[in-house]
Amino acid sequence: MSFFDYFRTRKNTGSASVAKERLQIIVAHERGKREQPDYLPELQQELLAVIRKYVQIEDDMVQVEVDRNDDCSVLELNVTLPERR
Amino acid sequence: MARIIVVTSGKGGVGKTTTSASISTGLARRGHKTVVIDFDVGLRNLDLIMNCERRVVYDFVNVIQGDASLNQALIRDKRVESLYILPASQTREKEALTKEGVEKILNELSQTFDYIVCDSPAGIEHGAQMALYYADEAIVVTNPEVSSVRDSDRILGILQSKSRRAELGHDPVKEHLLVTRYNPERVERGEMLSVADVEEILAIPLLGVIPESQVVLNASNQGTPVILEDQTDAGQAYDDAVARLLGEEREHRFMTLQKKGFFARMFKG
Ligand SMILES: Nc1ncnc2c1ncn2[C@@H]1O[C@H](COP(=O)(O)OP(=O)(O)O)[C@@H](O)[C@H]1O
Ligand SMILES: [Mg+2]
Repeated sequence: MSFFDYFRTRKNTGSASVAKERLQIIVAHERGKREQPDYLPELQQELLAVIRKYVQIEDDMVQVEVDRNDDCSVLELNVTLPERR
Repeated sequence: MARIIVVTSGKGGVGKTTTSASISTGLARRGHKTVVIDFDVGLRNLDLIMNCERRVVYDFVNVIQGDASLNQALIRDKRVESLYILPASQTREKEALTKEGVEKILNELSQTFDYIVCDSPAGIEHGAQMALYYADEAIVVTNPEVSSVRDSDRILGILQSKSRRAELGHDPVKEHLLVTRYNPERVERGEMLSVADVEEILAIPLLGVIPESQVVLNASNQGTPVILEDQTDAGQAYDDAVARLLGEEREHRFMTLQKKGFFARMFKG
């Protein structure tokens, strides 16, 4: 280890902090998905097909989620339409 | 009734087999009658690490399919008393392991053993699910690196939803985090996730930290579970982990850089 390395180790500028941030985001996302009901992907595909009868949209423009609270569940449907020219 | 412990991770090459060998040896060395089962059907490795590859006659799948008895297939360890190995088959398909088949063997082993250690294959599919299904406890082996931590979290999800305990609504599988291949120097330089980072993300209790060490490779070359190398950092770290698994309180070691003096740091290396 060189003289300058000694001082460099004091700072925390490495890639580990980036790794941690990315992990926190992806893990939270995947945990949320895990608690989703099994029928969700199929529901999403069918909704996509229905909407496509009227508007041309991409696969990722329909988001379906179930939000479970203590006494009720909410089905959240989020459809992004393409920009109008 | 035996306690069933699965050693699992999702990702391959993180140290499951190394850990299974050392944890089972450590338990047996403390007087608990222990069997370690290789669930990695098609890719057996545990026999090499335990130095019994030339004594394998029958395997796990032979027993499940009724072609051999447990007594014929179990290999008795030559170094540690009350330690037995049940090798995986080298040729069969992963589907040869069925829930019913595995249950039958585990029940039979349960009658005479104190601990059953299950060395899981990599992945989150059938083989890995068979290895963890009947577990009472899980040692989640994790390297301080993004894909390993993410896979560990997925395995935790499976333990919490697809294990027998989860399906029957019993007490959950007891989870332990084992961080392996840890390099404190790189952590200090900010290049590697720290134990605290991994603990924070996975949010399960820490069983131990095994340093990245040349000793592990040397031990596996010789077919010695590294825990038997009493004078080494990795060997001692595994011994600590076994003690904690049995409820002993031990301070964590090998997590920080061995501090050299200021001058040593300036003029050495
Ligand atoms: N603490 C460690 N330090 C250095 N090398 C290690 C350590 N733990 C495991 N290894 C090495 O990593 C490789 C994979 O280990 P293994 O136990 O076979 O992993 P897995 O069973 O998860 O695939 C082996 O070459 C092993 O020697
Ligand atoms: Mg392995």
